[in-house]
Amino acid sequence: MPRTASEHSGNLVHDEPQPYVWTMNFGPQHPATHTTLRLVLKLDGETVIDAMPDIGYLHSGFEKLGEHLDYNQYVTITDRMNYVSPMANNVAWHLAVEKLLGIEVTPRCQSIRVIIAELSRIADHLLCLGAMGLDTGAFTHFIYAFNPREQIYDICEALCGARLTNSYTRVGGLMRDISAAAIEMIRAFLKQIPNTLRDMERLMGQNRIFLGRTQGVGVLTRREAIDRSCSGPVARASGVTRDLRKDEPYLNYRDFDFNICCAEAGDCYARYLVRMAEMRESIKIIDQAIENLPPGPVNVGDDARQILPSKANVFSTIEGLITHFELVMTNRGFSTPCEETYCATEAPNGELGFYIVGDGSQTAYRARCRPPSFIHFALFPHLIRGHTLSDVVAVLGSLNIIAAELDR
Amino acid sequence: MSANRGLWGARTVPVEQVIERLQAVFTGLTVSVFRGQTRVVVDVESLHELLQTLKEEHGFDFLTDITCVDYLHYRDATDRFGLVYLLANTATNEQIAIRTFVNDPEPSAASVVDLWEGANWLEREVWDMFGVRFAGHPDLRRILLPDAFAAHPLRKDYPLQGRGERHNLPAVTRADG
Repeated sequence: MPRTASEHSGNLVHDEPQPYVWTMNFGPQHPATHTTLRLVLKLDGETVIDAMPDIGYLHSGFEKLGEHLDYNQYVTITDRMNYVSPMANNVAWHLAVEKLLGIEVTPRCQSIRVIIAELSRIADHLLCLGAMGLDTGAFTHFIYAFNPREQIYDICEALCGARLTNSYTRVGGLMRDISAAAIEMIRAFLKQIPNTLRDMERLMGQNRIFLGRTQGVGVLTRREAIDRSCSGPVARASGVTRDLRKDEPYLNYRDFDFNICCAEAGDCYARYLVRMAEMRESIKIIDQAIENLPPGPVNVGDDARQILPSKANVFSTIEGLITHFELVMTNRGFSTPCEETYCATEAPNGELGFYIVGDGSQTAYRARCRPPSFIHFALFPHLIRGHTLSDVVAVLGSLNIIAAELDR
Repeated sequence: MSANRGLWGARTVPVEQVIERLQAVFTGLTVSVFRGQTRVVVDVESLHELLQTLKEEHGFDFLTDITCVDYLHYRDATDRFGLVYLLANTATNEQIAIRTFVNDPEPSAASVVDLWEGANWLEREVWDMFGVRFAGHPDLRRILLPDAFAAHPLRKDYPLQGRGERHNLPAVTRADG
């Protein structure tokens, strides 16, 4: 029976000699943290009495850089936030910029952005669940999950040439249109991925070891989830029905038929189930989007002076040349309002939003990122108290902490 | 171009009624709307009371984010720091942004950790990056930067490039360990 924190909380004064309480360092370089984060655990035998997260090892000043890179350049930094699903970050950033600048992207661009965001969701959840299996002792599960991730990387490569740091979006559109080959690759992926999910589910869904290590571990109630600003799969596993794709539909999410996946239990297993179910919904969305891809241009028009024109346009048309100069010259560029705006998207990990302050120049005055990993990692001491040391990795895995996003 | 087609996640639920009821209680609120997003500016003295009212009487139970903006070089700005509280109502999806201004030499606001537990790390990050204190915070330490760090790097008077603070930090050698 795990002991509750309250039995110990009165004794947690550092000065008192407590021979039975151990302090253990976990990380920052530990295979099960997957990234660079550190925990200081207080142990009574194997029971964790308290955990003190120590973060900041990967702090790289992304928000400071956002004040010095222009709206199109900063997308390369967003790639490096949650590098497991960089496309979703690209979409979130440029959606926020377009909201500030008042640019409405074309229907085709909206659909392609939905497709890449949902592909990112599948990629992110596959890694999270695969690593969760790995941490609880199932290596095969990890390999099963990584196979389709490779296909997603191939799709990214076909879309924009880069596998990991995609930077696919631009203000007012995309780097380039989706190709016929990429559409075929996505169709092939959609045919294959349900098999993988079935395999993963057969391997883990009823696995006694996995159930034993995740059920009833790290329980988060609905009220706590809201009180602690949780979003995404972590909140939905606790019965919060909030999903920005339904609640504040952005892009053209309102055109698609899909469900919000929730669970009641709020433990690690519920988070596993929610992520598993969300991938199936993502497949549905991508399927609808790819089969009903609107025709027409992918970028807003060159005349609008809102997107960098293609090189072919710059060299062969006067509109393209003028637009290129208007956007590239240091004293020209986008007309930015002196305003502040917050725009959020439902990223794989939760609500990923950007609070951008415009000051009329080509760079943001402030580019705040609301990082879901940061907010979810704050939960960790609360979730782990009273559980055993081996549950640390199960809880960490179920929260899907990406340290690059945690520290920015 | 309509701002309400929902491309950027339209705040489709109007919050006029909430604003009206707030204005009946609090004086000196400045309300503005930009791209469907309602922002309310409040004095730092009434900040905590306003947030508490919003949470307890208007159902804004979800604290989306707390952040800060340093208006040092901002055009026509009269105050140094602006704090931003983004709130949401999980039942009705109403959204509201509460802003307040704090100034040197001791920028400080009341902590809202007593209202939302999620504010804990968010306020620590604002303290770490901007040096704005939160009175009543249970554990206001630096979070991303080391404790020995001397500056608050997201302030506008902190340079992007330079030697940085590394030379100020104590170096621990193997012999010390």
